[in-house]
Formats: sequence, C-alpha cells, structure tokens
Amino acid sequence: MLWRDIVTFIIHVLSRHRFRTLVLWIAIAIGVVAVNLLTALGEGAKFFILEEFNVLGRNTLITLPGKKETSGGMPPLTGESPRPLTLKDANAVSRLSGVRAVAPIVVGQLEASHAGKIRELLTIGTSRDFFSIRQLGVSQGQILPVLDLNKGEAVCVIGNSSRKELFSNKPALGQWIRLGDTRFRVIGVLKQGGTSFGFDMDDVIIIPVSNAQSLFNVEGLFRLFVEVQAYHQLDTIKGNIVELLKERHEGEEDITVISQDAMLSSVQDILETLTIAVAGIASISMLVAGVLIMNMMMITVSQRVKEIGLLKALGATSSSVRLLFLCEAGFIATVASLSGLLLSHVIILLANLYFVEVQFHSPWWAQSGSILLAVFFAVIFAWLPAQRASMLSPVEALQGKQQKEIA
Amino acid sequence: MIELKHLEKRFQIGDQTVHALDDVSLRIEQGEYISVMGPSGSGKSTLMNILGLLDRANSGDYMLDGINAGKLNEAERTRLRSEKIGFVFQSYHLVPRLTARENIELPMMLSGIAGKARKQKVDDVLAKLDLLDRAHHSPNQLSGGQRQRVAIGRAIVMKPSILLADEPTGNLDSKSGEGVTQLLESLNAEGITLMVVTHDSTLGARANRQLNMLDGRIV
Repeated sequence: MLWRDIVTFIIHVLSRHRFRTLVLWIAIAIGVVAVNLLTALGEGAKFFILEEFNVLGRNTLITLPGKKETSGGMPPLTGESPRPLTLKDANAVSRLSGVRAVAPIVVGQLEASHAGKIRELLTIGTSRDFFSIRQLGVSQGQILPVLDLNKGEAVCVIGNSSRKELFSNKPALGQWIRLGDTRFRVIGVLKQGGTSFGFDMDDVIIIPVSNAQSLFNVEGLFRLFVEVQAYHQLDTIKGNIVELLKERHEGEEDITVISQDAMLSSVQDILETLTIAVAGIASISMLVAGVLIMNMMMITVSQRVKEIGLLKALGATSSSVRLLFLCEAGFIATVASLSGLLLSHVIILLANLYFVEVQFHSPWWAQSGSILLAVFFAVIFAWLPAQRASMLSPVEALQGKQQKEIA
Repeated sequence: MIELKHLEKRFQIGDQTVHALDDVSLRIEQGEYISVMGPSGSGKSTLMNILGLLDRANSGDYMLDGINAGKLNEAERTRLRSEKIGFVFQSYHLVPRLTARENIELPMMLSGIAGKARKQKVDDVLAKLDLLDRAHHSPNQLSGGQRQRVAIGRAIVMKPSILLADEPTGNLDSKSGEGVTQLLESLNAEGITLMVVTHDSTLGARANRQLNMLDGRIV
C-alpha cells in the first residue's frame, strides 16, 4: 500500500468512529498537557528560586562559622560553633589581597517602636559594604555611613514596609526608632525590592554591626560576606580565607566558605531532579492513555473482523493489515499529542501573563519527550491488537468469526 | 487454467474429523462457466475458499495458471489472489464508509497501484457496469442490485482470470438477481472463468458445466 492511501484510509476510519477517536484524542492530549505543564511549573519554580539566590553576584563568598563535613548540599543555616567568627576575623579578611569588600552579618528579631506603634522587625547588623554586595539601593536618604567595624553609631536604614507600618504617610527620615533599649535615627529608606535570599528586604531594619552585637549581646557573626575583585581569584581567595582563619583560630579549621556558584549548582541539582521527577509522574498518564488505546483497538478489531477478512481477500497481506492498525494508533497519537502541546503552550502563555513574577516555560526535552512517549506508547499498546487483526484467517473473518472461536 | 489433483481438506470438530474435501480432482479451462451445487456441508464453500487461495488443502496439488499454489507462502498467495481471482459474495461485503468508487478502487489501493492509473481503470469499470451516476454514493444509498454490481466491479477491476461467486443472487429479488446473473455471464463471455456456487438450481442450470457435491466429493 502507498503511504498516501494508508493515511486516507486511516482518516476515513477515524472520522467514521468519531466517539472513539475523540476519547483517544482527549486521553493522549491530557497526557501531553500534564507532562508539559508540570515540567513548566518545575522549571518556573527553578528559575524563580535561582533568581532569588542570584542576588549576591558571582564574586561573593559566604563565610560561616562551623565546619560542614559533607560536601554538597546547603550549609547549616544556624551553625553553632564553639569558636565564633568575630569582627577581628572580618577585619583580617578585609586586609587580604584581592578582597574588595566585607560585610559581617548579625541578625535577629527585635521589637521596633515609634510614637506608640510597635512592630517585630528583622534586624540586620552589618556594614556599608553590605549594600553594594546585596545590590540594595535607597529611595530616600542614604545608606549606612563608613565606619570602623567595631565602632557603632545610632543610625538605621529601614525597608519600605517597615516605614509604612511605623510612620504611615509621615516623613521617616530624621525620626527616631526605639530598638530594644537604644534609639536609632532613620537615615535612609530602602527601595522596594521584594524578597531575596529568604529575607523580605521590605520588612527589615539595618543598623551598624557593632550596635547589633551589643543589642543581641553576641560576639559571633552569623555570616561574613566577602566580595573579591575578580572572579578568577575566587578559588584562591577562598583558600586564603580558610588558611587565615585557621591560623587565627589556633590551627583549627572551624569555618566554612562557600561561593555562590557552588550553592547555586547544588540548589540547581535539587530542582532539576524535582522537575524530572514531576515529569516522570506525569508520564504515568501517558501509560494510562496507552492502555486505553490498547482496549479501544481490541474492540475495533473485534468490530471490524469482517472488514479485515475482506481486505485480506482483496489482496492485503498480514503485514499490511498490521501496518494499518499500527499507523492508525500512531496517527491519532501524533495528531493528539501535537494538539496537546499546542494547548499547553496556550496555557503556559496565559499563566505567564497572569503571574508576572514567575516565568513558566516547558523545556525542549519535555516537549519532544512527551510527543515521542505518546506515539511510542500508542504504537506499543496497539501492537497486540494489530497482531491479532493480522492473524485473522480471511475465510473465518469474512463469516464474522474470530479465529480463537474456531481453533 | 485450474488443475486440482487429489485434494483433501479435513476439519477437526470436537473429536470427530470431518472430510470437507475428499480426494477431489478437477480441471477447469480458461473461460469456462461452471456452477457448483450441493447441500449445506457438502464442501462447496471449502472448494471455493481453496480455489480462491483463502484456504489451503491438507494434501493434494492445486495448479493455477501453471503455478503450484500449495507451495506459496502467505504473502505470495495474497499477491497471486489479488492478481488472478475476483470474489463476489452473497452479502456484498462492501466497506460502508467508502463510496462505490472507493470500494471498487480498494483492491488496487491494497496492491499499491498509484492514484492516476487507478482512476482510469475505475472509470472504465464504472462505465461498463452502468454505475457512473452512483460513483459517489455510499453503499447504504444503493439498492441491493446496485451493491452487488459495485462488488462485481471491485472483483474485476484487477482483471482477474477467475471470478468466484458465492450465492451472488442470494440476497436479491428475482429481477435484480437476473440483472446480476446477466452481468456475470457477459463478463464470462469476454473470457473470464466464472464459477458460481449456489443452492439455486435454476441459476446452477445456466452454467455450461455443473458440478454436484456431496460429502466432500464431486458426484
């Protein structure tokens, strides 16, 4: 048989059995849509999270107290260390060659009050360099002044939501906020910046690090951000920091230094695995569609026994009968999965219009994979019915009997 | 030319062996008009199925135009069948979703003949059977006689040397039956070998040669 005739024949059959065609079509399309939408969701989440982690910039190293023994994965967020990372350590690191800036971090929750309004705010004690490393800007006033790390000053920069909650529409610059038992003068308001790195930067109050140390009564730093001058020095400087701090801590290597790239790649690995797992789960719906195809094809073969017998009497070989049935399954799977792909593109497009912050997109491997899988399953599951049809004896089939009843 | 030598066909039904064909030998020249008659179960249909290459004998030889059909594999028999043999069935066996024209075209489509060559041949057949104005009708829009004419068109479109008709008028009233019989006879007059299997003794009597079968034997 010629390919054109096979296609015409199949279209005749499919348009004759509209209900069956529709059911198969929907089943396969749903499978393809499921795979594409779920992977798009996974990818969207991945990019969203990576974007969050990306805010530090590639040239930044994060030093934290405590030694993480295993490699890979996230470092402990609250590492308790016998030997704290101190401001003196930070000063020493800042004197290493190739280091552009250091930002020590002390964080905690404190009650902030102004004119009778009280808010629990995330309080970050740090240095002026923190603003350049985190790429934070102010919409009003200025950032923290240049200070020696161990010198305090009663000034603060607040996030935009903090400003709204404490001052409503009144001017905040120059006003005083009480934090614990100390008063701080507001010198700047951060630009509205959204969440990043787990902190909602709209909802913070930033003060000099030594003030934070005395407020929280701690000596140890939570983190030390180090920005290097050039990316290619990153690994060398990372080694130097470890060496320097080991020396300062009586020969014991009790800190961990991680680069953003290392952190990103482990986070990326996790998210990648998640996306693939989700796609795998969605593929089960394809398997279900495949089983449906097999059942439908079995019914078709029984319904069309006479026709199959006739085709064989008129000169169709067993292999062309089998080909006809396999092509029928393959054809509907192709058309249905392509329309499923189109539908998922439309849904993703609409979702992207609606959710501006997260961009969903279905990766190429999910798109091509879902189509190949749909066609593959369709053909595999049609094999048994097709084989059964091709083995029918023309004489018995013409009489409307199936072979197994005779044999 | 057809030559059958000591053909045997046995069926196993339960623990009983039924001899559908019992040592049948037969010679049919090209262009003959033969009728096969006999009661149900006498082996008429089995004989026709074997002659039509739809079934194989258990033993004996079947020579069709010099080819030993018993020795061919499935694909070769299929090809030989589509080239040499046309079938006409009692219940027409038209494909309901195809038009009259497409039904006639079916054997050529199945053997992979290209569209252009097919069109001319189908046109010729439609003209010959006086079906040109019914070409685009589907089978359920046609009368019984017209359906059987379409089936005959399908049987002859490959220009076979033998036409096997199994009760061709069984489902028709006498007037349409007469039309169909005359059409078959006119095709025979043009040189095709015509074998009609029937219960109807008037139809059987019109053939030049009559075979009567009983219990798998020609008597």
